[in-house]
Amino acid sequence: MTTTFPRRAVGAAAAALLAVAACSGGTTSAPGGSAAATTGAIGCVAGSITASGSTALQPLVDAAGKAYQQACSGATIVVQGGGSGTGLTQVLQGAVQIGDSDVTAGSKLATPDVNSLVDHIVARQGWIMVTNTDVTGVVNLTTQQATDIWTGKTTNWKDVGGPDMPIVLILRPSSSGTRATFRQIVLGGQAEANTGTTLTEDSNGAVTTSVQQTPGATSVIGFAYYVPNKSGLNGLQLDGVDATVDNMTNATYKLQAFGHMYSKGDATGLTQAFLDYMLSPEVQTTLIPSLYYAPAGSQ
Amino acid sequence: MTTPSLAIDGTPIRRSLTLGERIDLPLRVTLAAAGLVVLLVGLLLAFIAWNGLQLFAGSGVPLGQVLSVTWQPDPSLPGVSYGLLPFVAGTLAVMALAAIISTPLSVGLALFMAEVAPRWARSITQPAMEVFVGIPSVVYGWLGLTILVPFLRANLSGLGFSVGFSWFAGALVLSMMILPTITSVALDAFRTVPAELRSASLALGTTRWQTIRHVLVPASLAGVVTGVVLGMMRAAGEALAVQMVIGNTPVIPTSLTRPMTTLTSEITLDMGNTVAGEPWNQALWTMGLVLLLISFTFVVIVRRLSPRASVMR
Repeated sequence: MTTTFPRRAVGAAAAALLAVAACSGGTTSAPGGSAAATTGAIGCVAGSITASGSTALQPLVDAAGKAYQQACSGATIVVQGGGSGTGLTQVLQGAVQIGDSDVTAGSKLATPDVNSLVDHIVARQGWIMVTNTDVTGVVNLTTQQATDIWTGKTTNWKDVGGPDMPIVLILRPSSSGTRATFRQIVLGGQAEANTGTTLTEDSNGAVTTSVQQTPGATSVIGFAYYVPNKSGLNGLQLDGVDATVDNMTNATYKLQAFGHMYSKGDATGLTQAFLDYMLSPEVQTTLIPSLYYAPAGSQ
Repeated sequence: MTTPSLAIDGTPIRRSLTLGERIDLPLRVTLAAAGLVVLLVGLLLAFIAWNGLQLFAGSGVPLGQVLSVTWQPDPSLPGVSYGLLPFVAGTLAVMALAAIISTPLSVGLALFMAEVAPRWARSITQPAMEVFVGIPSVVYGWLGLTILVPFLRANLSGLGFSVGFSWFAGALVLSMMILPTITSVALDAFRTVPAELRSASLALGTTRWQTIRHVLVPASLAGVVTGVVLGMMRAAGEALAVQMVIGNTPVIPTSLTRPMTTLTSEITLDMGNTVAGEPWNQALWTMGLVLLLISFTFVVIVRRLSPRASVMR
């Protein structure tokens, strides 16, 4: 295909090279070498697509997009954030080819809209409860303890084995996928407390900063964001289980959810090829653990 | 009105207009620019109003519920309610406190620059003000988050700043941001007071302070108040810096030391995670409409205060 448009092919190749250069400058863990070595296994389709949505899933989609572009010079994959709601809205409107979401389309959209989207589960993502480092002595919370803390029944760390210090909850915005997932899995669907000192921050970065700075603070952040910031935080076990990629993979760690990539109708062309690539062994067994996600596994 | 050019013998010189003169390009270009701006503003208003009213027209949420204090927009929890009062109250509260903190500082600075400062001092304060205007709001927010909030928490927790994120922190950051706006408008107002008034006052034997207090300030009061209102308008619309330091808790602000939230803050927090056409998303548009109405009120106030003053200056 591309040989009939030599100029465009050169342009796309240059763009891909730039993307790879940017990638290798930014992350050392990107498996650029293995992508090049297994080029034969990737179904290359030329073209240009955009994926937008979930910021929790963004690092993974971004890294996979770059690896795919490096292997397939005619393909351009643009990855944007914006939030799960934005991703679902845009894929529904046809503004983008793939909408990334932390939650199922059914929990955000009305039924007729949901039926026009096709779900592709590409990974599992975990979250971890974290506290400020001054909350010493707390390494584990049971589901019941966590529920009491987040619904406002427990307001001091001394009640769960910590120091005598008030608990400061840092919530996500009420529309956040992280908040919905945590509420569903840990809180059993109960609403979070909204006391006079409860804070709301809207991104993994802002939450991390606030937990690190605020004495007695606790929140929930994406596991992929926790690992690089580990030193300034106190990460907690849930029901005695450590948050690790292995425990997410074998499903003993329960604070995890599927990452969804939605297409409008059945995917075609580059969209289908890229979604296939997301489920290829290369992404599932190499890229995903290196970015602290877990493979999609059996669904 | 134009006087025709005359030849030496006094007869008017007749010549046909060139093509360029007949088309009058400058007039058309400027007219098109003005028309486009008016059209854009009109479309923008219509768009925000239409979307902002969908919560009532499309989803049938009663007005009484929107005027309530309960914000529980999540359809997966019981008791869904789209009460916008905490956000409106928060925006007005943080804006008012910012104006209260900033006005004495700004007016004092403007008086200093207009009346008191020697030339060398003016050559420092003027560029300093211009730099102030150019600082991006994210920088104010970042400074607030990394310096002000930890300072309040570490040193004033006895006063109730247990987490630092608070109404007071938001107002303090905003007061710095609107300082240049109020100062520059007030400075203009002081400078446009006719020199004759000053001279007459001083000739009557008043001191400089008496002249400032009894002549200058009354004569330029409308201009100063215009500056304050413009500053409050900027405060109402500011999102990023405030969001970083107020904690974003949707409650009616009751204490200077506790977290609160504003319209702009809630819109930015929920925008990406809600889906267009759902009531939750429509409620965010309604917040945008309310914000626009707050701005409109201020524009009307400014125009009433000084009929000839332009909002744009």
